[in-house]
Amino acid sequence: MLAYIIRRVGQSALVLLIVGLVAFSMFRFVGDPIDNMLGQERTAEDIDRLRAQLGLDQPFVVQYYKFLEGAVQGNFGVSYRQGRPVAEILLERAPATLELAMVSGVLAILFGIALGVFTAIRRDGVLANVIMSGSLIGVSLPTFLIGILLIYLFSVELGWLPSFGRGETVDLGGWSTGFLTESGLKALILPSITLGLYQMTLIMRLVRSEMLEVLRQDYIRFARARGLRDRAVNFRHALKNTMVPVITVIGLQLGAIIAFAIITETVFQWPGVGLLFINAIQFVDIPVMAAYLMLISVMFVGINLLVDILYFFIDPRLRADRSGGH
Amino acid sequence: MADPVLSIRDLSVEIPTRHGIVRPVDGVSYDIQAGEILGIVGESGAGKSMAGNAVIGLLTPPAHISKGEIWLNGQRIDHLKGDAMRRLRGKEIGMVFQDPLTSLNPLLRIGDQLTETMLTHLPIGRAEAEKRAVAALEEVGIPGAAERVNSYPHEFSGGMRQRVVIALALCAEPSLIIADEPTTALDVSVQAQIIALLRRLCRDRGTAVMLITHDMGVIAEATDRVAVMYAGRLAELGPVRDVLTHPQHPYTHGLMASTPLASQGKSRLHQIPGAMPRLDAVPDGCAFNPRCPYATEKCRQAPVPRVSNGQAACWYPLVDEKVI
Amino acid sequence: MSDFPIPVKPKSRFRLALESDLFYTFKRSPVAMVSAAVVLVLVLAAVFAPLIAPTNPFNPASLNLMNGFTPPMAPNAFTGDSFLLGTDDQGRDVFSTILYGMRISLFVGVAAVFFAMVFGITLGLISGYVGGWTETIIMRTADVQLTFPSILVAMLIFGVAKGVTPVEYRDQMAIWVLILAIGLSDWVQFARVVRGATLVEKNKEYVQAARLIGRKPGAIMLRHILPNVLSPVLVIATISLALAIIAEATLSFLGVGAPPTQPSLGTLIRIGQGFLFSGEWWILLFPAATLLVLALSVNLLGDWLRDALNPRLR
Repeated sequence: MLAYIIRRVGQSALVLLIVGLVAFSMFRFVGDPIDNMLGQERTAEDIDRLRAQLGLDQPFVVQYYKFLEGAVQGNFGVSYRQGRPVAEILLERAPATLELAMVSGVLAILFGIALGVFTAIRRDGVLANVIMSGSLIGVSLPTFLIGILLIYLFSVELGWLPSFGRGETVDLGGWSTGFLTESGLKALILPSITLGLYQMTLIMRLVRSEMLEVLRQDYIRFARARGLRDRAVNFRHALKNTMVPVITVIGLQLGAIIAFAIITETVFQWPGVGLLFINAIQFVDIPVMAAYLMLISVMFVGINLLVDILYFFIDPRLRADRSGGH
Repeated sequence: MADPVLSIRDLSVEIPTRHGIVRPVDGVSYDIQAGEILGIVGESGAGKSMAGNAVIGLLTPPAHISKGEIWLNGQRIDHLKGDAMRRLRGKEIGMVFQDPLTSLNPLLRIGDQLTETMLTHLPIGRAEAEKRAVAALEEVGIPGAAERVNSYPHEFSGGMRQRVVIALALCAEPSLIIADEPTTALDVSVQAQIIALLRRLCRDRGTAVMLITHDMGVIAEATDRVAVMYAGRLAELGPVRDVLTHPQHPYTHGLMASTPLASQGKSRLHQIPGAMPRLDAVPDGCAFNPRCPYATEKCRQAPVPRVSNGQAACWYPLVDEKVI
Repeated sequence: MSDFPIPVKPKSRFRLALESDLFYTFKRSPVAMVSAAVVLVLVLAAVFAPLIAPTNPFNPASLNLMNGFTPPMAPNAFTGDSFLLGTDDQGRDVFSTILYGMRISLFVGVAAVFFAMVFGITLGLISGYVGGWTETIIMRTADVQLTFPSILVAMLIFGVAKGVTPVEYRDQMAIWVLILAIGLSDWVQFARVVRGATLVEKNKEYVQAARLIGRKPGAIMLRHILPNVLSPVLVIATISLALAIIAEATLSFLGVGAPPTQPSLGTLIRIGQGFLFSGEWWILLFPAATLLVLALSVNLLGDWLRDALNPRLR
């Protein structure tokens, strides 16, 4: 098992290294930040001064080394647009995105699995079929339209919930949380539904199809032939086996939620890293783009690693195969 | 004679399909006594397994029982639904499937699969169930049972897994076991052990066994009586010795003659001309008539008589004719 | 009757198509027929937008600011002009902007999928046929890219491409950059399927035979291997089209896609969202509904096609 984990960590590091190369290339070769920052009215001195200030006048190797050194320490230079250290801006924004992603992820996983199991067990039921048809619309509906629709219903028409921002936040040692105030919680509702709905639909459809596949297996027939209760057959036997392939996808979806937060944050003007990233693209703020790419890669790779390790606790066959077994 | 454990009366199973209704089991009747092993033999598609599934109430829709009765220990069970039927499964009727590699849930320990079955059906606590699980594994001949209860299915060989499956089928002490091709997926060297095990356990407990197989060797070795099925119908039913040595139905005769076991020393095996009809195209009269060397006009038109013990469903049963 | 074989007139391709299984299942699936009809109507409307649209919304000469915010089917309070789906803040006819917007959405979607398809098929064929290091590099890249949601990849590519484009050309190039970004974010699926099929086909006798008689690898791949993967490629392409349309709309909505001078449906929705609170619902609703219908029909068509061409996947 240890060997397997070490190998997976190695692979993850390789992926991060590749992404790091991409990020550095962006940093080094894309666009001329001077153009972006100074606009039309600039003098030669202005340009030189800014160049030196940003370190763009140094040779390639020096910049590369500085980038790597900085990246490991979480230092991604200075935002071209805001003139502040990127790491500082990201840290300030991260709690908003993480809280939103966490709530959406929990919603998506809970409802996705529950509805997937329901539609698989009651595959011919009316309600199950309605849910399945609804989910196809859910997959076709772009996230931002869902957001707009919810805003229209609950903010414009009913006036129940706020349409933008994250309400009042409480500062807990540098982490600003919206969980502790009423307005913060209210502000979370619409964005987290918007963000979670698509992933929920995906998880639900996947759980359903995997579970239908499992329910056809011999060991399920044998479990029924032994007279086990439906509850035991469906949940103890079928659901556990369903989850093995589903967990990988759920892991990927959790990563995707953080990425898709970009869209939701734009719709709801949610002050997280996604909104920061979109603004960075609009203004070609390369350091912010590169840092965001690195940040999200670390999260993705970390989640994937966790998922792989989780397998050991679910599937005994893996445990045996990888650790030498019998 | 005592009341039979299982009694099937004129049982028919129907499946509606696009090409009309097919009847994989058509008017079949037989009894199984306590401690008796009844072999059900026939080609694939002859309706052997379907009859077993009907008894245990696991027909896959749209297949359903369309006619007839099933009695288990004096209780009629063919019309039982949902939970009432589920209580019988495992408790009164145990089942052994063909492939031990796929019959066990790969993610659950052997011991857990045993205890959950016992806890479902028997009025015992977890500690007692765990004790019995070890005993059950010992009984089916698994060495080191006390440790092996904590193993997962993939840690056993095929033969050992089938022993586990048998332990599972027997752990709630059912009065009937349906064994559907229990040795087909196993190595030849292991087949005999499994058959002997099944035989011994059922004799000891007085369990009735419905042993479904297409292997005449298994029939000869393990069963007391044998029912020969052809195209969903019973062709012949009788004590295994009689059926093997003095088959009365021309189909059984052909089957015996084409089995290496019965025709030892012959240089060529007999072949039955043609193939079993598809279930959506069973001929009128006797289903076997197109392939039968003795068929007459009567066989092509009149429905054949139903069989009871020691009889063949044939207008012209073969009399004392030795297998070629 | 003569004993000589009567020469049978070969069936035309059209007849063959009509008698095919695919067309048969198509006729039996109302969902597929309706979505195909909807897609056809929308595509025709987009292609012939200049002929259908009452006005050219991007010709400043034809605009009258006085017509701004006219509700649908009601005459404007100042000018008395009436518009089927109303007008936006600048007096542009919403119906016309939707037609032109759909033109851009569909163009970007189709072009991006076509680009992804050609790119993916080429890399898939090469990695399957050549193998070795080439294959390792291509497929590992695909794996890494697949770790990230394609919309994120598209955003990054868009951002980078925007960065390398000189400022004065950015608006002009935006559509092409968008096609490149969405196309590059979506090639992996094509490459994987084609590579898999290539690995299977390349060891078959007829391919070996073609190799023995000295056919060039390029010719073998095109003539022998490619035809075998067309049906999965078709399914992926249809489903990718729906995804590409949504991706384009999303990027444009976020303001990192089609520029305001060439608005797509997503851009229109972005503009319309601004009027959500002020009550001019039609500026938002009609483009949004169009996008939804378009994406849903293409999706349903793709779903049906997948089931029809590969019953195993059901």
